[in-house]
Amino acid sequence: MSPAVGQPIPRKEGRAKVTGRARFAAEYPIRGVVHAIPVLSTISRGRISSIDTAAAQAAPGVLAVLTHLNAPKLPYRPFERPLETSTRVGVFFKPLRDDVIRFNRQYVAVVVATTLEQAEAAAALVRVSYAPLRAISSFEEGLSAAHQPREKGSRGLPYQRGDPELAFAAAAVRVDQRYTIPTEHHNPLETHATIAVWNGNQLTLYDKSQWVKGVQQHAALAFGIPYDQVRVLSPFVGGAFGSALRPWAHIDLAAMAAQVVKRPVKLSLTREAMYGTTGFRPETRMRVRLGANASGTLTAVMHEAWGQTSTYEEYTENTLDATRLMYAVPNLSTVPRLVPMHVSTPQYMRGPGEATGMFALETALDELAVALRMDPVALRIKNEPLADPESKLPWSLRSYVQTMQLGAERFGWARRTPAVGSMKDGGLLIGMGMAGATYPALRFPTSARIRMNLSGSVTVLSAATDIGPGTYTSMAQVAADAVGLDVALVNVELADSKLPYAHAQGASALFASLSPAVREAGRQLARQLAARAVADQRSPLYGLKAETLTAVNGGLSGAGKRESYAALMARSDAPLEVHLTSAPPMSAPKQSTHCFGSHFVEVSVDPDVLEVRVRRVVSAFGVGRVVNPRTAHSQAVGGIIGGIGMALHEQTHTDPRYGRIMNANLSEYLIPVHADVPPIEAVYLDEVDYAIGPLGAKGLGELPIVGVAAAISNAVYHATGKRVRDLPITIEKLL
Amino acid sequence: MAKNVLSRLPEIQLPDGQLPEWEQPVVTEKSEPEPVVRPGSPDLSRRTFVAVSTALGAAMLLPAAPAQVTTDAPPELVSVALKVNGKTHALKLDPRTSLLDTLREHLGLTGTKKTCNQGACGACTVYVDGVRINACLALTVMHDGQSVTTIEGLAQGDALHPMQASFIVHDGFQCGYCTSGQIMSGVSVIKEGHAGSDAEIREWMSGNLCRCGCYVGILAAVKEVRDAGV
Ligand code: FES
Ligand code: FES
Repeated sequence: MSPAVGQPIPRKEGRAKVTGRARFAAEYPIRGVVHAIPVLSTISRGRISSIDTAAAQAAPGVLAVLTHLNAPKLPYRPFERPLETSTRVGVFFKPLRDDVIRFNRQYVAVVVATTLEQAEAAAALVRVSYAPLRAISSFEEGLSAAHQPREKGSRGLPYQRGDPELAFAAAAVRVDQRYTIPTEHHNPLETHATIAVWNGNQLTLYDKSQWVKGVQQHAALAFGIPYDQVRVLSPFVGGAFGSALRPWAHIDLAAMAAQVVKRPVKLSLTREAMYGTTGFRPETRMRVRLGANASGTLTAVMHEAWGQTSTYEEYTENTLDATRLMYAVPNLSTVPRLVPMHVSTPQYMRGPGEATGMFALETALDELAVALRMDPVALRIKNEPLADPESKLPWSLRSYVQTMQLGAERFGWARRTPAVGSMKDGGLLIGMGMAGATYPALRFPTSARIRMNLSGSVTVLSAATDIGPGTYTSMAQVAADAVGLDVALVNVELADSKLPYAHAQGASALFASLSPAVREAGRQLARQLAARAVADQRSPLYGLKAETLTAVNGGLSGAGKRESYAALMARSDAPLEVHLTSAPPMSAPKQSTHCFGSHFVEVSVDPDVLEVRVRRVVSAFGVGRVVNPRTAHSQAVGGIIGGIGMALHEQTHTDPRYGRIMNANLSEYLIPVHADVPPIEAVYLDEVDYAIGPLGAKGLGELPIVGVAAAISNAVYHATGKRVRDLPITIEKLL
Repeated sequence: MAKNVLSRLPEIQLPDGQLPEWEQPVVTEKSEPEPVVRPGSPDLSRRTFVAVSTALGAAMLLPAAPAQVTTDAPPELVSVALKVNGKTHALKLDPRTSLLDTLREHLGLTGTKKTCNQGACGACTVYVDGVRINACLALTVMHDGQSVTTIEGLAQGDALHPMQASFIVHDGFQCGYCTSGQIMSGVSVIKEGHAGSDAEIREWMSGNLCRCGCYVGILAAVKEVRDAGV
């Protein structure tokens, strides 16, 4: 029996998804459920001076109209420490608590009615008058109050090694440029939704979440009830990309409304409301200074970032972390700053921090390569660090150079002629560009339970979610190998807060966190079954030594004898379970463990209308073991397509006068469509990195988006000679 | 618990519940309605066009604005007969109910997805009398007596439609939220004769967004079904 790990097993939940039977948060058939529609503020800052709910109240079917004047004051017991997926500094937004408007499209009321149509119609009847104050709605204005993050640690504090200013001044070749990424919204296709059901003082939430345990904790504290009186379910999540990592205010609204009307309440956000409170990638401006000697050895790197945050919380991301470890350079500084504005709080969005910072660093490196007349791949290889330049720890496995070599070969990089505008296809200008990618490999304490059923099949249980990467499938693979049976005989149940604790599905950490628990629980289960078999006279294995048996092909065998799990369990009157928690070692790490990759992109630019098309992408990644090549390929391609969106399409436009997002929809907030996506080849190096865990797999959700935008902008420069440092690369920037 | 970060920002300080004295309200205004986009206005994109044209269609059907309908005269429920996946339903509906909400909220057919609710994403694609439409842009009363097919009606019992099977093989999805719409459109694109080349499939599938970025697998699935000639 060949191991299931490493096989391209089709998704376990595939049938449910292609037949429309997979139920997402808003789709649970709850008896007597009524509908809630929030009313959103039309100003960005100020106070509610009056709110007239009479007409809404009198509308047919309306059960309640809640505003700050009549909404129950939830206890909101304090967190011992903030949820890890939430912002660490500040006070989180609590809906309908006071008359203060802190950002545009803030919840100012919620209408509950028997039907959705009634609730929507009545919500339009709520009349709100405001006493507006001038809001800080443009980045330029916000800059005057820019400050250092109060959060400590690697992403909050400035960092320096050597003397970068001096080295930069003395450098033979210098780059000093500014780069911007705009505000971007996650826009998962499933909008955030919660169904709240109270049964006495027990609260059940069907919620779109990347962390049901986080939502459970949040809701319990918000309503002042014990944790075990809150149950959160989120077995299918229609994409999230970070937006469902932290519990947002609509959860409180749904549960509050359900308490008031004494009926189950469904609150499904409109697409527009998704631009209010459910997070976004913050606009970030950066300055990068690079200094090198004439042969291309980096002597100085300085990277500064100014990132948008709200006025009530400090959102800080790892924008500059990658810069400190990417290349060998003795003189380096990174300086993070925050720019508070009257917006809601940003939130981790795919490749958070790295996707932003690496756009600047990898574009600047391309500019340096041009200045040096050096090949961009050769420049990167020349500055390859032998150990982590920040921690000084040895790499557990750094395959950056290998990804560049493999990517360059598959792409045909050698055919590129370096001169700007030198490559053509018919009337089109062709550009080729490349950039690197990195993301840390992380692991958090996580638990799992594994059960041998009476039929001889296995069930894996964990509160972890599967927002699309394929956790249902990969965990079945891990369990199948650990217990020694076919993956078809493994069922995986996830995303119920009653199940064993799991960390959030974010930061590419879930597989590395959960798989060791599933694997070890599975092995212990097999050992317990072996002990049972050898002690049972009715087993063909009776009398053998348990530790000599092998668990394989759905049973145990040894000394030429064999018993299937089904036969063994047929004599049992109860299923057998093992519950296990696995945590990374507490000791300080001895190695630096990161994922690496590189992207090679070909674009065409029409010289007459300046339309940029991505024609093909080849990316290579080193992520340790690839558990499921089929789902891993989809994840890589998906991340690259997200990067195409960053490079060419995505931008949230805010009216600088009023702070209102002008494209709060999917019509004018552009994301890549089929026709924008060329052939994409994503390849993984054949490697294993045991530093992170017993399966040697590091995690690959975030990595593929990192660096894509830089590779595209470098390709556009190669085609046109125009260096676009402000994303997205739209036609007017190429004029 | 951490202190409010506002203390760092004296010039924009806004403590809970009180206005700084130095900053008086500039105007008191009613909530502003969203600006209306009209066909022909310069910022009309290819994706808004559908939403706008249908919004106008809806307005013709319900001459008064929905809000006034509600205050002046609550809409009477109307009877609609709808055949869905072969089964006829006699429904009494609020006339404002979209076909999408009818399927999801009244018939329990949640396989058809709501994402933008304005014709921009294709997640709600269903067939009405065999032709694909965006169910979020259709009022159910407009389809009285017609026959609707949803993703739940595509398989023959346990046997998946070849497009469904092909989506699994080519991993044409991750989260699965756009998948129903992609599959419904994929089947139609072949039937409509727009699956000739890769470029043509991409173009004719471009009304179906996938935020997970599964377009490569989706293209492979559509091609496989096209080539199998089913
Ligand atoms: S929900 Fe109908 S097109 Fe988006
Ligand atoms: S599979 Fe998630 S949106 Fe398409």
